[in-house]
Amino acid sequence: MPRLLMCPPDHYALRYEINAWMHLENQPDLALARHQWQRLYEQVRQLAQVELVSPAPECPDMVFTANAGLVVREGEVLLSRFRHAERRVEEPHFRRWFEEHGYIVHIMPDDCPFEGEGDILRAGERYLGGYRKRTQICAHRVASEYLGHEVLSLELVDDRWYHLDTALFVLDERTVVYYPGAFDSYARRVIEEHFDTLHVVEEEAMHFACNSVVIGQTVLMPEGCPLITALIERRGYRVIPIPMSEFIKSGGACKCLAMFLE
Amino acid sequence: MPTEIITLDGHIIDSLTLSKVLDILVSAGVDYEIRRFEIGRTHDETSHAEILVRAPDEETLQRALHEVQQHGAIISQENAELQPAPQDGVFPDGFYSTTNLETFVRIEGNWVPVERIEMDCGIRVTPTDSGWRAECVPLHRARKGDLFVVGTAGVRVTPMPRRGAESVFHFMGSEVSIEKPKTRIVQAVARTIRDTKARGQKVLFVGGPAIVHTGAAPFLERIIRAGWIDVLFAGNALATHDIEYALYGTSLGIALDTGTPETHGHEHHLRAINTIRALGGIRQAVEKGVLKGGIMHACVVARVHYVLAGSIRDDGPLPDVITDVMQAQDAMREAIQGVGLALMVATTLHSIATGNLLPASVTTFCVDADADTVIKLTDRGSHQAFGIVTDCAFFLKELAEQLCGEG
Repeated sequence: MPRLLMCPPDHYALRYEINAWMHLENQPDLALARHQWQRLYEQVRQLAQVELVSPAPECPDMVFTANAGLVVREGEVLLSRFRHAERRVEEPHFRRWFEEHGYIVHIMPDDCPFEGEGDILRAGERYLGGYRKRTQICAHRVASEYLGHEVLSLELVDDRWYHLDTALFVLDERTVVYYPGAFDSYARRVIEEHFDTLHVVEEEAMHFACNSVVIGQTVLMPEGCPLITALIERRGYRVIPIPMSEFIKSGGACKCLAMFLE
Repeated sequence: MPTEIITLDGHIIDSLTLSKVLDILVSAGVDYEIRRFEIGRTHDETSHAEILVRAPDEETLQRALHEVQQHGAIISQENAELQPAPQDGVFPDGFYSTTNLETFVRIEGNWVPVERIEMDCGIRVTPTDSGWRAECVPLHRARKGDLFVVGTAGVRVTPMPRRGAESVFHFMGSEVSIEKPKTRIVQAVARTIRDTKARGQKVLFVGGPAIVHTGAAPFLERIIRAGWIDVLFAGNALATHDIEYALYGTSLGIALDTGTPETHGHEHHLRAINTIRALGGIRQAVEKGVLKGGIMHACVVARVHYVLAGSIRDDGPLPDVITDVMQAQDAMREAIQGVGLALMVATTLHSIATGNLLPASVTTFCVDADADTVIKLTDRGSHQAFGIVTDCAFFLKELAEQLCGEG
C-alpha cells in the first residue's frame, strides 16, 4: 500500500507573492480551504496510508508537502532547498519529521535550489525533472546520483507552471499527461520521444489538471477538467474530481498537497 | 577573441541538454569546439562534455555563458597557480610556457590579460593598486622571488581567428604562395600597410642584405622616405652593404650599375665600416654629410627606429650594432610595442628572431625567393605569417609603386 505525507492546513494562508498565482488581494477562504483539504485527505486515505507532519505557524505553505523533498530510495530522502526565503523556513520542520521517522536525510549543495517532488517525478525506472523556475538543473545531477537512475531535464518556460508537477503527471511508467505550453521545444521532444502522451489543453491546465495524484487506477484531479478526464477514463482509470479553488490561489492543488513516501 | 571552457555533466543526451546548449551558443553568435566527450554507456550513466567557447567580444561571451549556465553548463573557475622564481634567470618548476597568442590568467577570480605576449616566455604576476598585472617575461629577466604562473590551470589562450573569406590571402590554399598572381598579392600587402597606419599602428620592416645585393635598396629607400616604415630590424650586413653602396656604388664589391666586379671592390665594405666607426655611428655620418643616401640614410632622416643586431660572422661591426644578443633581443622587444604589421624581406635569421618576439596578432608577411625561409618561420611558431615566395627586388619595386606611385 502506498504511503503519503500530508500537512493539515491549520496555518495555511496567503502572506506573500512568490508565483504567478499568488495575489495578496485574492485571499483564500480558509474555512473552505480546510474543507477542500479534508476532502482530498479522505480520498487519499481510502487508497493509501497517510502520514501527517505538524504544521508550523511561520510556514503558511507547509501544507504543500510535495515540496518537502524527494524519497531517493527506501528510508532516504533528499531534502529540498527552497529557492525563495519565504519557504526556506519550512526546511527544518520537514527535516525534523524525516529524522524522527528514521530517514537518512541528504542535503543539497547551498547553491543548488531544489523543490522536491514538485520538480522531480518518477516514471518507472527513470525520472522526469523540471528546471529553470524553481529547481535548478544542477539539482537533477545530484538527485540522479542518489537515485541511481536517469533524470530527464525538462525546461519550464511559462511562469504559471513553475513546478514540474503543475504541468505534468505520470499516469503509468509509459504514459505522461502534460500541458505542452509549459515546456520548451526540447523538453516537448524529450517527453514525446520517451513516453505515450496525453495533452492537456490550456484551460484545464489553468484548473491544475496536471496537479493530480495517481494511486493505482485512481486519479485524484482538481475539478473543472472534463476533457482530460474523458481521455484518462478511456484508458480504464477512475478520475475523482476534487474542488481545489482555495489552494489554486496559492498556486497549488492535489499533488502539491501530498508527497509519496513509498 | 574571448574564450572560456565550459563543461556539461548529466543525462545531457537523452534530455537534449547538449543540443540545446550548442544551439544557444550558435544563436548567441558564439563559436564552439567540443574538446572532450564521454558518453554514458547505459541510460543511468551520465555523460560528460567539455566545450571551448569563442565569442567575438567579451559582452557576447558573458551573455552566452549566462544563458548556458541556466542549462547546467559549468564554467571553469580555477585560478592560476603562482610560484616564486628560485633564483635570478630561472623560472619555478612546472612554469607555464607561453605561446604568441592572446592569453589571460585568472587571478582571484578575475581574468587578467597578459601584457607583451611573446612565445617561449614565463608569465610574471605582480600585485598593483587596482588588482593584478600579468606580463610575459623572458628567462633572462626573471628575478628571484618574482611570482610566475605554473601549470595550465587558470590560463586561457585565445586561438587565432580564422582568416576572413574576403581576404586576398584567403584563396591561398597553402600559407606559402609560389604559384600565385604576385602583383595582386603586393597590392593586398600595400592595402594592409595603409590600413595598419590608418589604425595608428606601427609598421616594422625586417630586412636582409640581399635587398642591397639585388639592387632593391632604392625601392625600400623610397618607401622609408615616404614614411611607411616606423621600425627597422636588420643585422650588420644590410646596413654595411647599404652604406658601401652609398659610398662606393658597390655591394660586396660588385658595381650595382653595371653588375661587374670592381678592382679591390671586396675591400669596400670594410672601408665603409671603418669610415662609420671613425665618425662614431650612422647618425653622425649623416649629420656630417658623409653618408648622403641609401636605406640607413633614409632611416635617420625619416626618424625610423632601427635596431641592428649582431652575429658571429660580422665584420667590424658598425658602432650601431648591438653585439650582445640578449641586449639586442631586449632592444627589439621594446621596439615592437605598438607594431601592427611586420614585413620580413630576404632574411632567415632576423625573420625568425623577430617572429619569436611578435604576438600572433601582428599581421606578418614573409617575402623570400626561397620557400624554406617561410616554412622555417611558421615551423617555429609564427603561424600568423603569410609567405610570399618571390624575388625581393620585384616585390619592393611593386610595393614602392603601390605605396608611393610610379617612380
